[in-house]
Amino acid sequence: MRKKCIVTVLAMIFSLFVLTAGGVAGELDAFKGQRGTLKISGGTAHIPVMKEAAQRIMSAYPDIQISIAAGGSGVGIKQVGEGLVNIGNTGRKPTDDEIARYQLKLHQWALDGVGVVVSPKNRVKALTKAQVMDIFTGRINNWKGVGGENRKINLYTRDEASGTREVFWEKALDKQPISPSANVVVSNGAMKSAIAQDPYGIGYVSVGHIDRTVAPVALDGVIPTIKTVKEGKYKIVRGLYSNTKGEPTGLTRAFINYLYTPEGRKITEKEGFIPFP
Amino acid sequence: MSDWKERGAEKIFLLSTIISSSITLLILGFMAFMALPLLRGGLFYLLTEPWAPQQGLYGIYPMILGTAVISLLSLLFAFPLSLGCSFLISSIGPKSLSAAFRRMVQMMTGIPTVIYGFVGIFLLVPVIRELFQSGSGMCIFTASLMLGVLIAPTMILFFCDSFDRVPRSYIDAADSLGANRAQTLLYVIIPLARKGIFIGVLLAFGRAMGDTLVSLMIAGNSIATPGSLLDSVRTLTAHIALVIAADYESPEFRSIFACGLVLYLFIAVVILAVRRLAFRESGKRA
Repeated sequence: MRKKCIVTVLAMIFSLFVLTAGGVAGELDAFKGQRGTLKISGGTAHIPVMKEAAQRIMSAYPDIQISIAAGGSGVGIKQVGEGLVNIGNTGRKPTDDEIARYQLKLHQWALDGVGVVVSPKNRVKALTKAQVMDIFTGRINNWKGVGGENRKINLYTRDEASGTREVFWEKALDKQPISPSANVVVSNGAMKSAIAQDPYGIGYVSVGHIDRTVAPVALDGVIPTIKTVKEGKYKIVRGLYSNTKGEPTGLTRAFINYLYTPEGRKITEKEGFIPFP
Repeated sequence: MSDWKERGAEKIFLLSTIISSSITLLILGFMAFMALPLLRGGLFYLLTEPWAPQQGLYGIYPMILGTAVISLLSLLFAFPLSLGCSFLISSIGPKSLSAAFRRMVQMMTGIPTVIYGFVGIFLLVPVIRELFQSGSGMCIFTASLMLGVLIAPTMILFFCDSFDRVPRSYIDAADSLGANRAQTLLYVIIPLARKGIFIGVLLAFGRAMGDTLVSLMIAGNSIATPGSLLDSVRTLTAHIALVIAADYESPEFRSIFACGLVLYLFIAVVILAVRRLAFRESGKRA
């Protein structure tokens, strides 16, 4: 009972925010009369957009509960395929095998880049693709080798379920094996805080997650930003997908449609991604 | 009527005992069954190969080594600390101070491990990185220190309990023979409390080995075989957490059952060994 009260109060506060921020409830009309829970899991790059969208929907329609969990693209596919969640997010295109096995329907709603990041304290701010390959495969293991301080390079990579890792490995490393001594972190957020903490670290995150705490590294002279991704200059690019098992219906359908509305696209843009299509 | 009731209750208790004990065995059987396709490829290879899925190698040797080193080292850090703490609490500290300490330690056992991991990332990792100037600071050493803090309260409480059970008259006798406090501890309390100490250590060791979050957050999780205490390493538990998202049918996924199996057997061996020691000890005295 008390929990319900708190939720209601929160919802009221949020709706106040939405109203004062001038948000038009028009695009949320599709949720009218909807109730129940919507479960989302998977890709960690998607989370800021999912959270913002969920917050707006839930504050306008308190009968709707949306839960968002992380886990990585692999988890997203598995859980949506097993029917544990309604939407499984992936930061890579699901493989043909996965699509066939789980009858997945793909909904791509954004473009994203995967950028190499270092600590802002690091003076190395540009690398060639060959240097990035040498660093991540372990052939170069001191910052001196690429014009930095005489300190060991601390590599950070992502776990096996990560779509970000898959894309980076395929497009930046040309599928060369990442050094086994690399540290492994479990989300884009964790990667960001690890690199922000470690002045001698290097890792890669979704471009949407790059902020002041980490410094993007120019790859062959192109700095990974929304602009360079959009213009097609930055090459390590991927789609962000929300996948459903079969055609989505009801609340799931409404949520996915919402991502494509002008308001949904605005959220996508605000969180640092490029709305697609 | 009451006879019938009693027998009924007995049956129910027997049933629940059988169920709970068979679940442990069923879990073992389940893990063995799921890991079978990999085990058939050769248990030896599984236990000695490195982890390199792209080359078709699914060995868990680096993780076994990581788990063993981290949990033993954390025990090494925590054991003297706990022994000292519990001696202070149970005998030499002033009453009010020991009561406060005991309460604090009790509270520490309830702190979720994620908080230790969190504190480790922000406080311990940067210190270790700058102190040794080698690697990222996420390493065996850091994780063991943090795990040591995590398991110490368990040990302290167990040690305290067993120290408290040492009969007052024995300590009085030692006092009247002119033994100082250190002598009393070494020659009277510790030998009498040996069994409690063993059990405390056993439980703490099990906790260190089974902990997932601390090592997942601050041990670094690299898949390389560690060469020094400052190397990033992945424990069996962290490995399970990291690989569980892999495809159900893949050998990667199968391998986490092998991890579970190894962990299970590890703990079983430790428990059996320490039990034997503890029993032999009490048998001798009786």
